[in-house]
Amino acid sequence: MIWDVDLQRVLLHEGSRFELGVRFASDAPRLVLYGPSGAGKTQTLKMIAGVARPDRGRIAVAGRTLLDSSTGIRLSPQDRRLACVFQDYALFPHLSVRQNIMFARRSGWLNPSPQVHDAQVDRWIAAFHLESVAGHFPHQLSGGQRQRTALARALVNEPTALLLDEPFAALDKVLRQRLRDELKDLQAQLRLPMLLITHDDDDVRLLADQVVYLRAGKVVDGAVVEEETLVE
Amino acid sequence: MEGAWVALALTLKVALWATALNLVLGVGVGYAMARWRFAGREVLDAVFTLPMVMPPTVLGYYLLVLIGSQGPVGAWLLQHFGIRLIFTWQGAVIAATVVSFPLVFKGARAAFETVDAQLEDAARTLGIHEIAVFFRISLPLAWRGILAGLLLSFARALGEFGATLMVAGSIPGRTQTLSIAVYEAVQAGQDDVANFLVVLTSITCIAVLLAAGRLVPGRVAPRD
Repeated sequence: MIWDVDLQRVLLHEGSRFELGVRFASDAPRLVLYGPSGAGKTQTLKMIAGVARPDRGRIAVAGRTLLDSSTGIRLSPQDRRLACVFQDYALFPHLSVRQNIMFARRSGWLNPSPQVHDAQVDRWIAAFHLESVAGHFPHQLSGGQRQRTALARALVNEPTALLLDEPFAALDKVLRQRLRDELKDLQAQLRLPMLLITHDDDDVRLLADQVVYLRAGKVVDGAVVEEETLVE
Repeated sequence: MEGAWVALALTLKVALWATALNLVLGVGVGYAMARWRFAGREVLDAVFTLPMVMPPTVLGYYLLVLIGSQGPVGAWLLQHFGIRLIFTWQGAVIAATVVSFPLVFKGARAAFETVDAQLEDAARTLGIHEIAVFFRISLPLAWRGILAGLLLSFARALGEFGATLMVAGSIPGRTQTLSIAVYEAVQAGQDDVANFLVVLTSITCIAVLLAAGRLVPGRVAPRD
């Protein structure tokens, strides 16, 4: 099983109560978590990444147990080795494209210097056609370049899976189409399990091997929906 | 006039030490307040802000009670290390630190709250450990707001009078800072000394405020 997720969390926010109970298991290399905004998709992704804590639950990705509250296992986000592309990409605004991509390659208290080169980083900069903007800062980039920088940054340390939160939402329609193809090729090339969350049904149609439909914090029908049932 | 330069040197020494202590304390507490969720957080925030609104003499009295040789902290220091803080320049540093602490703490908290928590999360998923996340993401992005708070606290420490007088007294050459020297000069009718001290103090404060004004963040950092 590539994805084995079972999460429970009660969120209290300004008097309102939101119960998240997400459970799915799948062998799909490209799994899409689909649902309207406010369904709990981002929360689910953050819990898998380890930056949010469920009340209880279990997460295993590609055969590795990341969390199991019944046995007290809880890997830190640092140890989960998941590549995460957050909503709006979360690029570090004070670092150049090269420094952003280099970020994970340096573990100390200091950020990588803009001059230092690293073969692995150069490889990803070339693979994503970012050579011409390697010295630029995130606010100087186009939407597509930002997304590629975020992907390169996440992939540089050989992660075990790729998590993406609405990676195309900030892009225009034409670019969205092209980057979907790029992402699909990349995933196939790297053979990296990928979990993508979206509210856009085009993403589902074009990228998903399998779909988990989430509504109001619950997986609809308690089961994974096959792609065919979504396409009319 | 020679006494004026001694007083200026002492004032700068006290203010620099107070600012250095506040850099560590104010930034640490400001970060904790901005990022950690716990019961009573706003009450604690109010307590930490208190030195900004309370009369300095009241603060000085609190400090006397606490670090005087009869006080709980003062008695312990005297008994274990033979340290007396009252009527020393180190006592003046403590008074100046307490009085100017809220300026750094408030500035640091506000600056850390403008840093998108998602950037810190992104750094964690990239395998970077907590302390490194603080030094590589949170601190550089909050730095300008913190620096503005530090400069204001430095200016406040330069002008400190009430709490310093209560704790450190007014010993020329040892604990008599500029603002206290001005008071003493006026009391003694030495108008020429007072005039000189006042001009010296004003120039120093204007220089600090100009520096702070340039650093108050219009934009904290380029954001995407």
